[in-house]
Amino acid sequence: MIEALGHIREEVLASLSKVHTEKEITEIRVKTLGRKGSLTQLLKQLGALPEAERKEIGKRANEIKEALESQIEEALHQLKEREKKEALEKEKVDITLPGRRIPMGKRHPITQTLDEIVQIFSHFGFEVVEGPEVELDYYNFEALNIPKGHPAREMQATFFISEDVVLRTHTSPVQVRTMEKRRPPIRVICPGAVYRCDSDPTHSPMFHQVEGLLVDRGITFADLKGVLTVFVHEMFGEETKLRFRPSFFPFTEPSAEVDIECFICGGKGCGVCSNTGWLEILGSGMVDPAVYQFVNYDPEEVTGFAFGMGIERIAMLKFGINDIRLFFNNDLRFLRQF
Amino acid sequence: MKVSLNWLKDYVDVQMEVKDLAHLLTMAGLEVEGAHSVGEGLEQVIVAEIVSVRKHPNADRLTLVETKTGRGTLPIVCGATNIRAGQRVPLALVGTRLPSGVAIKKSKIRGETSEGMLCSEIELALGQDASGIMILPPETPLGVNLGEALHIKDTVLDISITPNRPDCLCVMGIAREIAALTRQKMRVPRLALSDDRGDIEQRTSVTLLDPDLCPRYVARMIEGVTIGSSPTWMKNRLEKVGVRSINNVVDVTNYVMMERGQPLHAFDFDVLEEGRIVVRRAKEGEVFVTLDGVERRLSSQMLMICDGVKPVGIAGVMGGLNSEIRENTRTVLLESAYFSPMGNRRTAITLGLETEAAYRFGRGIDHGGVLSAANRAAELIQALSGGKTIEGVIDAYPVPIPSRSILLSVPKTNQILGTEIAEEVMQAHLEALELRVERGVPHLLRVVPPSFRGDLEREIDLVEEIARMDGYEKIPVTLPQGSPAVSSEEKSKESIAEKRVVDVLLHHGYHEVINTSFTSPTSLEALALPAKDPRRRHLPIVNPLSEDLAVLRTSLIPGLMATARYNMAWKNSNLRIFELKRVFLPQEGEKLPMERKVLTGLATGFDRDPEWSSSPRRVDFYDVKGCIEDLLETLQIQEARFDRAEDIPYLHPGKALRVFVGEEALGVLGEVHPRVMDQYEIPGKAYLFEMDFEEMVKRMQEKRQWMPLPKFPVVYRDLTLVIDDGVEVGRVIMAIQDLHHPLIDDVSLFDVYRGAPIPAGKKGVSCRIRYQSNDRTLTDEEVNQHHEKVMSRLREAFQAELRA
Repeated sequence: MIEALGHIREEVLASLSKVHTEKEITEIRVKTLGRKGSLTQLLKQLGALPEAERKEIGKRANEIKEALESQIEEALHQLKEREKKEALEKEKVDITLPGRRIPMGKRHPITQTLDEIVQIFSHFGFEVVEGPEVELDYYNFEALNIPKGHPAREMQATFFISEDVVLRTHTSPVQVRTMEKRRPPIRVICPGAVYRCDSDPTHSPMFHQVEGLLVDRGITFADLKGVLTVFVHEMFGEETKLRFRPSFFPFTEPSAEVDIECFICGGKGCGVCSNTGWLEILGSGMVDPAVYQFVNYDPEEVTGFAFGMGIERIAMLKFGINDIRLFFNNDLRFLRQF
Repeated sequence: MKVSLNWLKDYVDVQMEVKDLAHLLTMAGLEVEGAHSVGEGLEQVIVAEIVSVRKHPNADRLTLVETKTGRGTLPIVCGATNIRAGQRVPLALVGTRLPSGVAIKKSKIRGETSEGMLCSEIELALGQDASGIMILPPETPLGVNLGEALHIKDTVLDISITPNRPDCLCVMGIAREIAALTRQKMRVPRLALSDDRGDIEQRTSVTLLDPDLCPRYVARMIEGVTIGSSPTWMKNRLEKVGVRSINNVVDVTNYVMMERGQPLHAFDFDVLEEGRIVVRRAKEGEVFVTLDGVERRLSSQMLMICDGVKPVGIAGVMGGLNSEIRENTRTVLLESAYFSPMGNRRTAITLGLETEAAYRFGRGIDHGGVLSAANRAAELIQALSGGKTIEGVIDAYPVPIPSRSILLSVPKTNQILGTEIAEEVMQAHLEALELRVERGVPHLLRVVPPSFRGDLEREIDLVEEIARMDGYEKIPVTLPQGSPAVSSEEKSKESIAEKRVVDVLLHHGYHEVINTSFTSPTSLEALALPAKDPRRRHLPIVNPLSEDLAVLRTSLIPGLMATARYNMAWKNSNLRIFELKRVFLPQEGEKLPMERKVLTGLATGFDRDPEWSSSPRRVDFYDVKGCIEDLLETLQIQEARFDRAEDIPYLHPGKALRVFVGEEALGVLGEVHPRVMDQYEIPGKAYLFEMDFEEMVKRMQEKRQWMPLPKFPVVYRDLTLVIDDGVEVGRVIMAIQDLHHPLIDDVSLFDVYRGAPIPAGKKGVSCRIRYQSNDRTLTDEEVNQHHEKVMSRLREAFQAELRA
C-alpha cells in the first residue's frame, strides 16, 4: 500500500511539472483527489487493513494527501502568477512615444515681465493704478515740472494729437493723477503703454513702462535705495550688484539711475553694456517739491520717491533679446518660447 | 559731449587711470558712456622730410619720393599730388599697422622700391581729410614719433550731460567737476587783455533793443587779421571733440566754446553796414539766409543780430551768409553774448536748427563768463591770425543778472537723504563746487551759487549737490516705515478679472499678442463698417512716423488679422491669439478720447499639430463659442445669452452671434467673413471674438458660494428627439428647462445626428437628463414615470418622433 501511495505521489508531481493550463491542474486534482480519484480510492481501502497497520499507513496516507493538495495549490498559484506576469508583459507600451499634451497658450513676454515686476512691488503694498494713454500736456509735462520750452521735453520725442494733447511719453502722469485724487500715504505702481517718436532695434514707437510712487511722512532717499535694492535682487537674483548713479529728471530731485552689473560679461565690459560693465535699468528719485505744488501736497510735511522703468528693456535683458521689434511682430515661434 | 583728456589736464591734474576717472565722473552724475584712445598704433609713424619728388618711370599717377628721417633716407612710392620737397610729412615705416588695419611692408611697386608709406589724416585716424598727405608744420621735429611730435596721444571721453548741467558742456566745466571731486584748485588760463574802455567805442557800437531776449552783449574787435588755417595743435583738439576745422578765426570761436561753454560769433566787420550792431526781434515774415546757405523765414519771436541796416545773424543760433569770415576778412567783430534760454530754444526749435551754439544758449550759459570768453578768444585770434585787438571792450549789460542766495537746512537735508552728514562736511562739499557758503544761524547755511550754476535755485538743488558730492553709495539702505495705502476697489476687481480671463484663454490655447496702438486710417476698410459706426472715427496723430501709423486704433481686429497673416507666412498656421488692450474712440467736445479695454481673439487652422494618437480637428465656430462660454462661467456672468447676429459686416452672416446681458451687448463672435479673409489674403477660415472687457469686469461676480453636495444618488435618462433640420437645437434644451420640473437637475446635449436611420431633412437630437431629489433616493419606476411625462410634453411641443 505504501508503495502504491508513493507511486501516486510520484505520478502527480511528474504531471504537475508539465502542466500549462488551469484545466490540466484541475484534471490532475480530480484524477487524484476527486471522489473517484486514485488517492481517494486507495484511502477507501484503509479500512480493510489490520488495526496495527491501519494507524501507521493512515497517517502516512494523510500526509501524502495534504502534501499533494498543497503542491496542486502551489502549482495553481504559480500558474496564475505567470499568467498575470505575461498579461502585464503584453500591455507594455513604447515609452518613447510622445505624451498627449494640451496645447496651452502663453502670455506675451512683456506681460510676463510686467506681472513679475508688479508682483515684487505688491509685497511692499504698492497697488496697481492706470491712467490714460492719450494724455493732456499738463499731466505729461507741465505738472511734472517740465514747462513748455524745457530742454527735458527734447529727451522724449513726443507724438502730438493737438497742441495740448499728447500720447504719453512715460507713465509718470499717472503719479500726478493719483496724487490729485488721494492724500498720502500713497504707494502705487502704474504700468502701461507709452509712446515716443523713435523706431530702431532698441526703440519702438510704443513700449511699456512701470512707474512707482511712494509718498508718506519721513520717506528718505535711503528708503528709495532700500526698496529698489530689494526689487533688483528679486528680479535679477540676490547676487546682483547694483549702483545708484546721480542723474536728472525734472520731476525728481535728487535723482538716480539704477545700474546693475552687466550679467553678460560680469562687469568686465562687453558689447551689451557698451564696455561700461553696467546696465541701466531704471530711473528714480525723490519727488521734486515743485510737483507737490501742482497737487497741493505740503513738501514740508511729506516726502516720497518715484521710479520708472521700461518693461521691454528689462525683458530684453532678462531673456537676452536683441531687437525690440520682436515683441510686436507676435511671431508664434517667438511667443511660444516664454 | 566729447572731452580730450589732455585738454582737461590743462586745467586739472588727473593722476588716476582713465577707468577710475570715468567711474568718478559717472558716480557724480556725469555719465561716461565711452572712452577711446587716439593716436594708438602710431609708434612707428615718424616725422619725415621730403627731399625730392620725381615721376615714377612706369606709372603716370605715382611719384618716387626721397625722404629723410634724420637717420638716413628712405625711398617711398606715393600716389598723392600735394607733396613738394621740403615739406614735413608723416611716414609709416615698414612694420606699422595703421588704424585701418593695413600693414606696411617693404615692397616693389612697378619696379621701384618703397620702404614705407606717406599718410593722410584719415589713414592715421587723426581727421577726416583724405585729399592728400597730411602736411605737418615745418617746425615739427624730424624723425620723432608722430604721436609725440603732435601730442596726439590722448583719450577722448564721451560724457552724457543731463539738461540741468549746461555748465558741463565744455572742457573747463568738466575740469571743474574733477577739481571739486578730487578737492583741487582748477588752473584757469590767465588772460593778458584788459577790459578797459578804449578805442573800440569810436569804431563801433552795440544797441540792445530787446534786452529781455539778450540781457548781455560783449563785443571786441581784432584788426589786421590774416585768414588761414589753424595750427595743428588746435586742429587736433577740435577734431578730438568733434569740431571740424574751418579757419584760424572761426576755429578760435569754436575752441573757446569747447573750452568755456560760451558760444561766440565772428563777423567780418567790414561788411557790417554803418559799422555797428543792433540786437532786435525779427520782423514777422522777414527772410534771412544763414551761413549754411539756407533761406529762413523768421517770426517776430526770433532775436536777430543786425548791423545798422539789416540782419547779419540769428542770435545764438547761426550767423548769416552775408557777414561770415572770408579769406579776405581783415577786421573781425567778435560777439560774446548771453541770450535768454527760452527765447533761444523757441527759435532753434521753430527753425529746426540745433547748432552747438543754440544747444548751449538754450540750456543756459554762464552770464558771468561772457566777458572773459570774449577776451580769451580775442587773444587767441590775435595770436593765430597775426591781428591786433583794438583797445577796449563793449559790454552792453543794462540790467545785471543778480546772484541768488539759498538757505539750506542741515537737518532737513539729512532728513531727505536719510543720512547724518555733518554741517562742516556739507559746507566743504558746496565750497568745493565753488559755491559761497555763509554760516550764521546754527544748522542753516546761506549759499550763493556761482553764475555758471544756473541750475541751483532751490534748497532741494543743494541737497542733490551734497548727495552726489558725498556719494550716493554712502547713503544707507533702509526700508520705508509706515503702512501701505488703502487699496481701491475697482482696480483690484479689474486685475482679478484680467487674471481669470487670461487663464481661460491660455487653457484654450490662445497666445497673447501685443500690437502697437498705431494704425493706418484705412485699416478698417476691409471690415466694411457702416458709415455711422463710431470706430470709423480715428484719432489722428499730428506727427506720425508714417502714413501707416498715422491714427490710433479703434479696433483690435485689423491688428489680429495682420498678425495672423504674418504668422501664416511663417507657416504658423494653427493659430489662436488674443489681445487685451485699449482702443481709442474720439468723443465729441472732449479733449481726450474714450479709452476702452477690449478683448479680441482669433482662431484658425487645426486644434493641434498632427500627432500619432489622434488626428487634429479644424477649429470652428463652436471652439470660439466654447471659449467665451468658459469665460462667462469663470467670471460668473449670469444671465448672458447668445443672439444670432446677421448684420455684423465682418462676420459670416450665418455664423455669428452677439453676447447679451439684458439689453447690454457684451461682445460678438463668429466666423470672419470670407470677403475680409480675401482682403487680408488669409487662406481658410478664421473665427474671432471681440468682447468689451470693461463691461465684463462690471458684470463679473466675485463672490463664490458653494452648493452643498447632493446626499442622494442621481439618475440619468436619455432621449432622442427627431426634429426638422432647420429647428435650432437650443430650442429643445430650452423646452426641457422651461418645464421647470422639480426633479430635473440638469440637461445636457450629447449628440446631434443626421443620416440613416434618421430621414433626410431631419436630425436626431440626443439629450441626457439628470434627475435628482434633495430628500430621497429616486426609484427607477418613479424616474421612468417622470421621464415618460417629459417625453410626451416634448413630443407635443415639437410634433416630433421621440426615442428613449
